[in-house]
Amino acid sequence: MLKYSLRRILGMIPMLILISIVVFTLAKLMPGDALSGEIDPTNTNPEYIENMREKLGYNDPYYKQYIRWITDFAQGDFGKSVRYKTKVSSIIAEKLPNTIFLGVASLVITYILAFIMGIYAGRKPYTLGDHAIGGFNYFGLAIPSFVAGVFAIYLFSFKLGWFPSNGSVDIMVQEGTLEYWLSRIHHVILPALVLGMLSTASYTQFLRNDIIENSRKDFVRTAKAKGTSQSKIYNVHILRNSIIPLVTFLGFDIVSIIGGAVITETIFTYPGIGQLFLTSVQARDYSVLMAITMMFSCLVLVGNLVADILYGIVDPRIRLE
Amino acid sequence: MTTKHQDTNLLKVENLHTGFFINNELHNAVAGVSFDVKRKEVVCVVGESGCGKSVMSLSIMKLLPEMNSKISDGEILFEGNDLVKKSDKQMRKVRGKDIAMIFQEPMTALNPVFTIGYQLQEVLFNHMKISKKAARERAIELLKEVGISRPERIIDEYPHQLSGGMRQRVMIAMAIAIHPKLLIADEPTTALDVTVQAQILDLLKDIQEKEDMAIMLITHDLGVVAEMADRVLVMYAGQIVESGVVTELFANPSHPYTESLLQSIPRMDEVTDKLNTIGGVVPSLENMPKVGCRFADRCPKAFGDCTKITPQLADVGNGHQTRCLLYDACYPDKTSKKEEVKQ
Repeated sequence: MLKYSLRRILGMIPMLILISIVVFTLAKLMPGDALSGEIDPTNTNPEYIENMREKLGYNDPYYKQYIRWITDFAQGDFGKSVRYKTKVSSIIAEKLPNTIFLGVASLVITYILAFIMGIYAGRKPYTLGDHAIGGFNYFGLAIPSFVAGVFAIYLFSFKLGWFPSNGSVDIMVQEGTLEYWLSRIHHVILPALVLGMLSTASYTQFLRNDIIENSRKDFVRTAKAKGTSQSKIYNVHILRNSIIPLVTFLGFDIVSIIGGAVITETIFTYPGIGQLFLTSVQARDYSVLMAITMMFSCLVLVGNLVADILYGIVDPRIRLE
Repeated sequence: MTTKHQDTNLLKVENLHTGFFINNELHNAVAGVSFDVKRKEVVCVVGESGCGKSVMSLSIMKLLPEMNSKISDGEILFEGNDLVKKSDKQMRKVRGKDIAMIFQEPMTALNPVFTIGYQLQEVLFNHMKISKKAARERAIELLKEVGISRPERIIDEYPHQLSGGMRQRVMIAMAIAIHPKLLIADEPTTALDVTVQAQILDLLKDIQEKEDMAIMLITHDLGVVAEMADRVLVMYAGQIVESGVVTELFANPSHPYTESLLQSIPRMDEVTDKLNTIGGVVPSLENMPKVGCRFADRCPKAFGDCTKITPQLADVGNGHQTRCLLYDACYPDKTSKKEEVKQ
């Protein structure tokens, strides 16, 4: 397994280089550049600007600029943000924990809901409960997250007042206290729910269908013929088979949740990577954009690797060599 | 019925009807089957695909899906207790303990994500109080009993690491774990290589003698019947058409269907260009004739009455029972041939 993982990680390097070229090209294709973020904004003398442009290397051929960027990038220097005038790495480091917290919360909610609903619907297919869950899920699949987000804020924040409508924590509480963490959880529930809605719906239906399919398999009949109880057949024999495809989704989820957070975080004005990404697009903050895009790409690759490794762990028929 | 009779009969199936719902209508795949299995006896059930033999065996264990099937009539008396009336919870105590079953497809009958040991020990945990350590020891012992070498290693392996024959041996080990009184084997060798088939049959025979259990062997292979059976039930279209002691039935088949089946076996001592076959197929559940003999369409000896009068299963001598209008005894309500024809 270790050997396999190492080989896969080595295999990622050419892929990452290719991605970096694409990211860099796209950034260069966009109008404007990051120059204004690096020079004195009060000095509007065109000569000064031209001098600085030459000095900072913006007039170099593209391949030189690329090599400079990628060398810095590989060493952990993501450049300077145009907007915040500080290091990109420190801006991302500030926002990343919020997004991870949101992502994990969303995953936990997704898995809990999907397992409860999926197992119920799979065990009692074509009943009223199953149809209700199915209807709820198609509803969840059909509603885009920006609509669901706005609606959730309207209903749960404005009308019912159960959850706060924005932010990641109450600014009045002391950091590090229990109250602080409770406030964070309180703030994260609504966006996490909206963020996880799509995957909850698809997981539930997936689990349901897989349980139904597995319940018709021969090994279920064998287990029954041994005198195994119905609940044990479902909770052990069938579920253990049905979680195989589900667990492997976890790897891909890492990506889709952080990617999906772009919209959700913006609606809930939740200070995470997604919101940073969107405001950076609006402000043409190239260095931040490039760093986030590269981070997403890395996550896709890592997510795929995690999915494959998990596959090998949960399914004894698959051996990773 | 005397108590003595109940003692020798381990299983007594009486007028069993099992049907499937097709378009909300119940169609019987097993239509009025009655037979018994005595203690330590090997009874073979033969018939071609779709004749209801698997449905019958699954009915005895009540393993058919409740969603689309139903035992609509009849009794299944196991040691005098009617299994039809038992709830699923009560049946759980019978399954694997009193009656065990092995299936046709050893490739899919085992759960792919659990070790052999887990699946073998499960049946022990289901029916007895046993420690984990003792269960493991017993599982190894069982694997040894069914002729698996290196059982200490196999016990921790997964089904996909085993060959088809080994998996069927594991299934047999699982089935005999609690010393059942009856083993139902639903085409246990059909999916296996010929050489492995012989080994599995030998194993079943050995175990049957050692464990003193009865076997109900479902098969479409008459070679298997000849090798294993004490008694044979020939099934056609959900009914028993002939039953008798194996030697007698093979020597003097009384039903045209049995005759045709026997003629369809290729023989080593005869040179023929073409293998005998029975024309046509078993009628589907929806197209089952309501009146008359169900085999009439395909029967080489069919005559006028066959499509008009439903034959009964009746004794025709030599411990033979048959369901064919060629025999007077099979006419219902003892009406003679002539009277029926007049009507």
